[in-house]
Amino acid sequence: MTENLEVVRTTTWSAGPGCHGGCGVLAYIKDGKLVKIEGDPEHPWNQGRLCARCLAMTQYVTHTERLTHPLKRIGQRGEGKWQQISWDEAFDLIEKKLGKIRDEFGPESVIFSMGTGRDIGPWICLLAYAYGSPNVMFALSGIACYSPRIAAVDTVQGDYCVLDASQWLPARYEDPRYKVPECIIVWGYNIPASCPDNVFGHWIIDLMKRGTKIIAIDPRLTWFASRAEVWLRLRPGTDGALAMGFLNVIINEGLYDREFVEKWTNSSHLVRSDTGKLLRESDLAKDGSPDNFVAWDTKRGAPVVWDSSNVEYRLSDVQPALEGSYEVNLFDGTRIPVKTVWSVFCEEVNRYPVERVSEITWVPKDDIIKAARLYARSKPASIHWGVPIDMTPAITPTVQAIAALWCITGNLDVPGGNVISRFAFDAVAYALPGAKGVIKLKSKEADKKRIGASRYGPLNRFIWRAHTDLALEQIFTEEPYPIKGMWIQTCNPVAGIGLDPKKWVEAIKKLDFVVAVDLFMTPTTQLADVVLPAATFLEKDGIRSWWVPLQSINKAISVGECKPDVEINFELAKRFDPDFRWKDIHELFDEIIKPSGMTFKELQEKGWAFPPEGHPSAPYHRFEKGLLRPDRKPGFQTPSGKVELYSSIREEWGLEPVAHYEEPPFTPISQPELYKKYPLILSTGRRSPAYFHSEHRNIPWLREIEPDPLVEIHPDTAESLHIGDGEWVWVENWMGRCKLKAKVTPIVPRWMVMATHGWWFPEKPAQEPHLFGVMESNVNQLIPMGFTGKDGLGAPIKHLLCRLYKVSGSEGTENA
Amino acid sequence: MPKSSGYGLLIDYEYCTGCYSCQVACAQEYRWPAGMSGIRVIEVVERLPKDREYLVYLPFPTELCILCAPRTKKGLEPSCVKHCMAACIKYGKIEDLAKEMGKKPRMVLWSPRA
Repeated sequence: MTENLEVVRTTTWSAGPGCHGGCGVLAYIKDGKLVKIEGDPEHPWNQGRLCARCLAMTQYVTHTERLTHPLKRIGQRGEGKWQQISWDEAFDLIEKKLGKIRDEFGPESVIFSMGTGRDIGPWICLLAYAYGSPNVMFALSGIACYSPRIAAVDTVQGDYCVLDASQWLPARYEDPRYKVPECIIVWGYNIPASCPDNVFGHWIIDLMKRGTKIIAIDPRLTWFASRAEVWLRLRPGTDGALAMGFLNVIINEGLYDREFVEKWTNSSHLVRSDTGKLLRESDLAKDGSPDNFVAWDTKRGAPVVWDSSNVEYRLSDVQPALEGSYEVNLFDGTRIPVKTVWSVFCEEVNRYPVERVSEITWVPKDDIIKAARLYARSKPASIHWGVPIDMTPAITPTVQAIAALWCITGNLDVPGGNVISRFAFDAVAYALPGAKGVIKLKSKEADKKRIGASRYGPLNRFIWRAHTDLALEQIFTEEPYPIKGMWIQTCNPVAGIGLDPKKWVEAIKKLDFVVAVDLFMTPTTQLADVVLPAATFLEKDGIRSWWVPLQSINKAISVGECKPDVEINFELAKRFDPDFRWKDIHELFDEIIKPSGMTFKELQEKGWAFPPEGHPSAPYHRFEKGLLRPDRKPGFQTPSGKVELYSSIREEWGLEPVAHYEEPPFTPISQPELYKKYPLILSTGRRSPAYFHSEHRNIPWLREIEPDPLVEIHPDTAESLHIGDGEWVWVENWMGRCKLKAKVTPIVPRWMVMATHGWWFPEKPAQEPHLFGVMESNVNQLIPMGFTGKDGLGAPIKHLLCRLYKVSGSEGTENA
Repeated sequence: MPKSSGYGLLIDYEYCTGCYSCQVACAQEYRWPAGMSGIRVIEVVERLPKDREYLVYLPFPTELCILCAPRTKKGLEPSCVKHCMAACIKYGKIEDLAKEMGKKPRMVLWSPRA
């Protein structure tokens, strides 16, 4: 096996393992074919390790069902009749059809739809923006995966942050600048199965071996929960209340970092008691700036202006009051009562005594106290969270509470804490929360038509996507303008990312022209007019600057006529945009990574590169060193330059400025009548090491790990419903039902079932009405669209209600 | 009775997370079809007093495990050891591994068919 082997060193980033990538791999190639893949032992990210999905790449790349040529529909939509066409024919057809829609209805009438981020964001924006459409859509209700968390954290502190597992340091755990966290709160995150959000999950295992204690927050007995110092089995969706409870303990027991609170948060700024709004310089003086805030100077016994642009008080030697109520004169002579932000914040926190939090969350009071104390007393301590935080309508207030935890305990941007995460070398491909990239929409004017932009604040400040729920509605209402086409890439709304999937089927069918780009036929590609074959990560050149390190993806093989997403989109973008300015993809890569001082070729030779110490994208203590703000002054990229415990941005949006808890829409508490009929909490989407969302059901090594769609049910609950392990059951609520196989296990509580997501059956017939059996077991049929948070973000995906009953005789044989 | 090879796998099952990398790494190395692999992951959820449970994943070397003789001859680690995401599988002489086993609880030492 060693003879004539070529070894290509590259970086994973979908498609293939499907994940969020980052692992260094060695691809062993013989006669142009992949014979084996291994983890790269020299790569600082995964250090030679590799997950099951990546290790199964040999079964993936040359899979007999792989799409290897462009296809054109020749029958009715969904009839499954296709004709192979050449790339030239495909590009010509797409140019003609999409061009016609643009001429007749405007470019905004085509939606460019993607699944979870990965290596698609920049390239789908490249095409959409060249075409002229602002409507790039992440197809999940409430955009409820990661972007909301980033936007919410940016609202509080101007830059996102993640668990520091030494990933910024090439020597990793051995680097003397690094400190192993004494404690990590693992908040709704299941290690064996996922490396979400650009954190290699098993880094936490590495840290546990080095002494880190775990606080696990999860309704399921996850691997972490089993090994935690404290496990908080909370009712799904009550994370916000739990975080408020932690704050309550930490503040009332004086376990917070007072120096950080005083110096780096807006805790001293004053809030008007009459309006509940931040007091601004423009309230005190007619020519005062509305961007400047006001504190109470205890030394002078008078208000003092905080100059936001200079990030300092107007006067020197100020001793701002942290707590208390005062009175100030407005410029019109009115005298009004004011309070400090810290006082307002503490009042809110005090509405959540642990007894009340215990009642809301169903977590024993003593455990909440124990966990809060352990976190606050551990130095450093870190919080690592998962997607359940996004998957609730009140995502932003929840994040405000959790972000307050790492801020007021002094764990922000310190070694082993929550470290500010920027794109390596600030090399940014496209506009994301907190960053503006190389690939842009041509004009602000064109962005005005973006669906939801005028309605939801975060969509105008942080998240440059169309609002998914409104977009789906608009396909039916055609108001304020009709949607005529859809480009669907790395995206499977019928089986995976779409809630209420039958509605997505109806919506896609209503459109005049649909292109799908994928590696295999899926329930979604069946509904397209043209299907284009995409490449795996082994078949493409690419770049990755998502946090660290900066990495190149290096082409190792070719398969059929498959093309990388970037090349497909590049070719069409050139056709749609007369001003398209890049010659080839390498020139585009060069421009994106220019801040690193390297060309793409140079990066390829190096493989990966870390930003040096002192660079704004390298830790630590950047807010003290003036590395975060464009003006290089110490502080944060927020309107006040401080961590905003009272959010001026939320105030501007007319939303509650302070962290708090909101009961989700479909719970035993908010829907007591429904709960009588559907007496089990339905949580969905627990991760599997075998699958990335709706992918990999056709990869034999992976399918054998988890052959069937499962619903986890507690043994006592199963017994009361006469359900045995391995029996097929209907999971049903007011939206619909799906058929899942019962896994009877005490890892779930008696009051909840956990349904796996993303299921379809590649072995079943493709054409309608089958669509690979997608409607048999797709649990998203039980989840509605349109229940996002007040700011348009988040969706109730982890906490619904349902009932279970056995599938009767003949119904059960189909899947069994 | 056949003699042991003298080599084995030490599993620290406190840290095995059930990622299945070992199982798929082995299948890839020896091109086993699905349903066959030299190592297989078992899930055990043990109910404990006071309504508690403990979740364990345990990699078990099957009849197909040859302790990666073709790899170890070249000085490489067995494929499962190399790719284990939790770095909880160790290959070595059974007597050395047995000593290591005494250092902490929740370990098993396998002497596969090899």
